[in-house]
Amino acid sequence: MSAGGPLSRRPLWLRTFTIGFVLFWLIVAAFPFAWTVWGSFKVQADFFSQDSWWNAVLGTNTLRVTGSAFTTDGYYGAWVTTGFWRAVVNTAIVTVCVTTISLTFGTLGGYALARSTHRYRFWILIAALFFRAMPEVTLVSGYLFPFFRFNIWGYLPTAIIVLVALNQPFTLWMMYSFFQGIPRDLDESAMVDGCTRFQAFRLAVMPVMWPGVITTGLFSFLLAYNDFTVTGLVLSAPNQTMVPKIASYLGTVQSEGAIMFAVAAVVSVTIPIFILVMFFQRYLVSGLTAGAVKG
Amino acid sequence: MAPSLIAMALFIALPIVSIVVQSLYIDHPQVLIQTETCQPFGGCVTESTVDVAATARLREEAPLGQFNGFGTYLDRNHLAAAEIAALWQGTEGWGDFLAGVYNLPLWRALAFTLTYCVVVTLAAMTLGFFIALAVDAVPRLIRGPVIFFSLIPMLITPLVGALILFWMLNSEGVLGAALQNLFNDPNLSTRTSAPLTWIMLMVYGTWTNTPFSFIVFYAGLQAVPRETLEAAMIDGASRWERVRFVVLPSLRPLVLFVLLVQIMDNFRVFEPIISFNAGANASSLAYEIYRSLNTQTSQLFGSAAATSVITIGFIAVLIVPILMRVARELQSGRGA
Repeated sequence: MSAGGPLSRRPLWLRTFTIGFVLFWLIVAAFPFAWTVWGSFKVQADFFSQDSWWNAVLGTNTLRVTGSAFTTDGYYGAWVTTGFWRAVVNTAIVTVCVTTISLTFGTLGGYALARSTHRYRFWILIAALFFRAMPEVTLVSGYLFPFFRFNIWGYLPTAIIVLVALNQPFTLWMMYSFFQGIPRDLDESAMVDGCTRFQAFRLAVMPVMWPGVITTGLFSFLLAYNDFTVTGLVLSAPNQTMVPKIASYLGTVQSEGAIMFAVAAVVSVTIPIFILVMFFQRYLVSGLTAGAVKG
Repeated sequence: MAPSLIAMALFIALPIVSIVVQSLYIDHPQVLIQTETCQPFGGCVTESTVDVAATARLREEAPLGQFNGFGTYLDRNHLAAAEIAALWQGTEGWGDFLAGVYNLPLWRALAFTLTYCVVVTLAAMTLGFFIALAVDAVPRLIRGPVIFFSLIPMLITPLVGALILFWMLNSEGVLGAALQNLFNDPNLSTRTSAPLTWIMLMVYGTWTNTPFSFIVFYAGLQAVPRETLEAAMIDGASRWERVRFVVLPSLRPLVLFVLLVQIMDNFRVFEPIISFNAGANASSLAYEIYRSLNTQTSQLFGSAAATSVITIGFIAVLIVPILMRVARELQSGRGA
C-alpha cells in the first residue's frame, strides 16, 4: 500500500480529492495554533472581536491602544505581573523528577516482567491495563483525604509521587513491549560469559534499549506536563504548575486584559510541545505504535 | 520489578480501598445549639447557632465522619434510587421518565460521558482511518508535515488544547462569530445552548483524538502485504473492495487496540468541560468528582468517593469485555 504504485493508477478526481482531504486535515490540525499564537500579540478587543475577524488579523484596536500592531502586554502580564514564571519553574521540577523516577522504576519493572516466566506476569499486565483505564480523578479522591490528615497536601514532592504512581501502569506496559523486542539470547549469552543478571541488564541490554527508554521518557514527560487533575487538586496556590495556573486565570474576575494573560500563558505552554515534536517525532510515532504492534 | 509493583500497590490499589472506605462515611453534621431569646415585647424566638468547638471536637475524634453505609450511594446526588423509583411510579411514558432521570446529577453526567465516549471514539476512528488512507496515497513530500502537525493536537495539554478551540468557537471567537453570521442569530452561543455545548465538546474530542487513530492506522497500512493487494487487483477487485476485504481485515488487531485506548481516554473526559466553562450544560463523571473535591467551603470526600466507586464500576463494565479479548490474544499469541 506504500507510495508510488497504486497512486499512479488513480483517476485524476480521486487524486485531487485525496490531496484536498489531506490539506483540509492539515488546516484543521494546525490553524488553531497559528491563530492563537498570532492573537496572543493583540489586545482583547481584537482577539475576541465579534464585529469582524479582520480585527484580529490586522490588529485594529491594538494599534489604537498601544500604537503598534503587535503588543507583548499579554506576555508581560502573565510572566511578570501574575508570576507565571514561578509556575514554569515548578513544572520543570515536577516533570524532571517524575520522568526520572518513572523511568527507573519502569525500566527495572519492564525488564523483570519481560524476562519472567511466571503466570502472575500476565495478571500484573492486565491489572496495569485496568488501572490505566480508571480516570485519574477517581484515585486522586482517594489520596486527598490521607494527604490532609498527614499534612502533606500542597507540596511539590507529593504531586511528584502521585504522578509517578499514575504513570506506572503506562510506563510498565511500554517498557515491557520494548524489552520483548530484544531477544533473550542477548542477556543469556552475557550471563554465560559470567555476568550476573544485573550486569547482563546493564552492560548487554541497556545499550540497545536507549530508543525505548527515550520514547517512554517522552511519554512520561508529557503525562506529567499535561496533567491537570493531580496538579490542580494536590498543589496549593503558590506551588502551582503551569496548567492549574492557567485554569486559575479563567476563574478570576474578568478584568480587562486578564483573558489575554491566559492566551499568552497558553502559547507559552504550547511552545515546548512544539519543540518536543520537532526533535523527537520519530520516537513519538514509534511509541504510539509500539503497544499496538507488539501488545 | 519490585519497586514498580510496590508503587502500583501503594498508590493505586490502596487509594481504591481508601475511596471505598470513604464512600461509606458522611461528613458530621454541625453541632447546633438551640437558644431561646425572648424580647420584652414580641414573644420568644428560637435560634440555632453552630457550636464551633463541639463540631471541631467531633471532627477530631472521627475524622472520616459518621458511618453512613450505602446511604451516600443512594442519595439524590448519586444513584438516586428513591427518586428514580418515584419517577417510575408517576411516569407518563418513556420521554417523561428519561427527562426526569436526566435532572439527577449523576445520571446527567453519565449520559454525557457515554454519549461523548461513543460519538468521539467512532468519529475519531473513522476519520483517522480515512486520513491514513489519504496520506498513504499522497506524495511523500506532504507526509512529513502532515504527521508533524497531526501529532500536536494529540500531545497538547488537554486543558490548553480545549482552551485554544474554545476561544475560537465561543461567540467572540473567529468561528463562533462566523457561525452567528451564517445563521444570522446573534444569540447562538455555547453559553446558552446545551446541544451546541455538547457538539462543541465533541468537536474538540474528535480534533484531539483523530491523530492517534490516524498514526496507528497509518503505521499499520505500511505493513499490509503487497502481494495480497496485487492479487486482489488482478482478481479485479475495485479500489473500495480492496480496502474492505484486504486492508481492513489486516488492520483488525490495530482496530481493537485503538478502540481500547480511545474508550479509556474518552471515558475520563474532564478538562474540556473546565476549559469550555460548560459545567452548566454538560458534566461528566470525572467532572462531578472534581467538583465535589474542589468546593470552596468543605470538601465532600464521601460524595467524591461514592462517585469514584460508581465510575470505576461503569468503566469496568465497558472495558472488561475488551480486556478479555486482549487477554486471550496475549495468552494465545505470546504463550504467556
